Amino acid sequence: MSERQVEVEILRYDPETDQAPKLQSYSVPCQEEWVVLDAITYIKDHIDTTVSFRWSCHMAVCGSCGMMVNGEPALSCKSFLRDYPDKIRIEPLAHFPIVRDLVVQLDDFMEKLNRVKPYIIPKEKKSVSDGQHKQSPAQLKAFKQYTLCINCTLCYAACPQYGLVPDFIGPAAMALAHRYNLDSRDGGREQRQEVVATDEGVWECSFVGACSEVCPKQVDPAGAIQQMKIASTVDWYKEHLMPWSKP
Amino acid sequence: MSGKAYIREMPKTTWWLSHSRYRRYVAREVTCIPIGIYTAVLIWGLMRLSQGAAAWEGFIEALNSPLSILFHLVAFVFAVVHTISWFNVTPSAMRVQIGEDFAPGAVIIGAHYTGWVVVSLIVLFMAGV
Amino acid sequence: MAKSNKPIVWGLFAAGGTITAFLTPVMIFVTGLAVPFGIMGPEVLAYDRIHDFVANWFWKLVLFGIIFFSLWHAAHRFRITMHDFGVRADRVVAKISYLLAALGTLGAIVLLLRI
Repeated sequence: MSERQVEVEILRYDPETDQAPKLQSYSVPCQEEWVVLDAITYIKDHIDTTVSFRWSCHMAVCGSCGMMVNGEPALSCKSFLRDYPDKIRIEPLAHFPIVRDLVVQLDDFMEKLNRVKPYIIPKEKKSVSDGQHKQSPAQLKAFKQYTLCINCTLCYAACPQYGLVPDFIGPAAMALAHRYNLDSRDGGREQRQEVVATDEGVWECSFVGACSEVCPKQVDPAGAIQQMKIASTVDWYKEHLMPWSKP
Repeated sequence: MSGKAYIREMPKTTWWLSHSRYRRYVAREVTCIPIGIYTAVLIWGLMRLSQGAAAWEGFIEALNSPLSILFHLVAFVFAVVHTISWFNVTPSAMRVQIGEDFAPGAVIIGAHYTGWVVVSLIVLFMAGV
Repeated sequence: MAKSNKPIVWGLFAAGGTITAFLTPVMIFVTGLAVPFGIMGPEVLAYDRIHDFVANWFWKLVLFGIIFFSLWHAAHRFRITMHDFGVRADRVVAKISYLLAALGTLGAIVLLLRI
């Protein structure tokens, strides 16, 4: 196996001693098949134990190892070193407050995710004895793509509108709202519209499309938001021009 | 948690210079300026047309000036950028589910480009090519 | 949080975006480039011909539609772009943009009815 010396720059920040984050450089002997996360783990194990970062599954499922790799939001476990030059720069995910080194504060995202009610709100109350909620393969496929989100928040780090207007609900939370709206068993769209159809909801999005480009799971949050814009626009015209159509 | 989380501010006016993706986005957004100005030129043309043959001749003469030709060249490029960027995102903004599957993006985009060619040919035919 | 009223302007923006995507390039070519570059003869834009075209009620209606939707499309996108460039006086920008679009549309209506 071939080994390659890679210069890894990490943006360090210690909230107790630092006024601002600063880059620190490490020279890492990397194996051919390594991903960026392996190089950072090597640094922590062999060079500098004080480097802080989040990771768990090492297989692009848990969504915790998102970082800026050479300025691009990426899962560090899915970023193969062979695709990068001999010098790489690792920073914490953009647009989030830095807690320490590569660890960011996700409270804002969690709060917004909660607000869009990302769970099934049943159309009709059914007891166990009434039997199961049936769903056809076509009904499942209508929303399946949007279930693939792993809450890695790369889309928030890519979205300039979230960076500029922190009140924006943002891509992943919107895509999940859309996922439940599209579910044939769900009847909660009207409740979610109270968040989705506001200025901070879909209307803060200007369809940059960056979220969908960086999504490691091809969820396409940008598409979900545009579809919700169209649906919200139809709602608005119905409500204001066809008041008799009210349910 | 002791200490304070560090917040990185985004530069409000120059943020889009930082990434090629953002520069492409801004290139798409500014297409509205030449499209807006071109529409104003159309309205100006209607005004000259309503003022009779002599006024219209003046308008045509102005259209043949180097400044006008330069503007229309630039506007044409921007208008095409707008068209391409608009068509290329249609599959994600409006998905078409037929039975279980979704119509492939290439089909939806292709249909738009075909429509574009047809519409352009109709306009050119009307103009007398 | 109240539901937004942006659907009014966004609906027009989206409609205008589609119309301009299909029509603006070829229109710019016909009215601004084809004659100066000698691809089409000057008779294409001759007064009598264009006058007959615009005097027809059907094409009047089509021209009105194109102008109205193109202006609203441009106005709305301009408003968003100003915000992207860091101009945070969104209400003022919005008012000016939409007012210009409305004035242009009104002017087009008056002129179309006069021809």
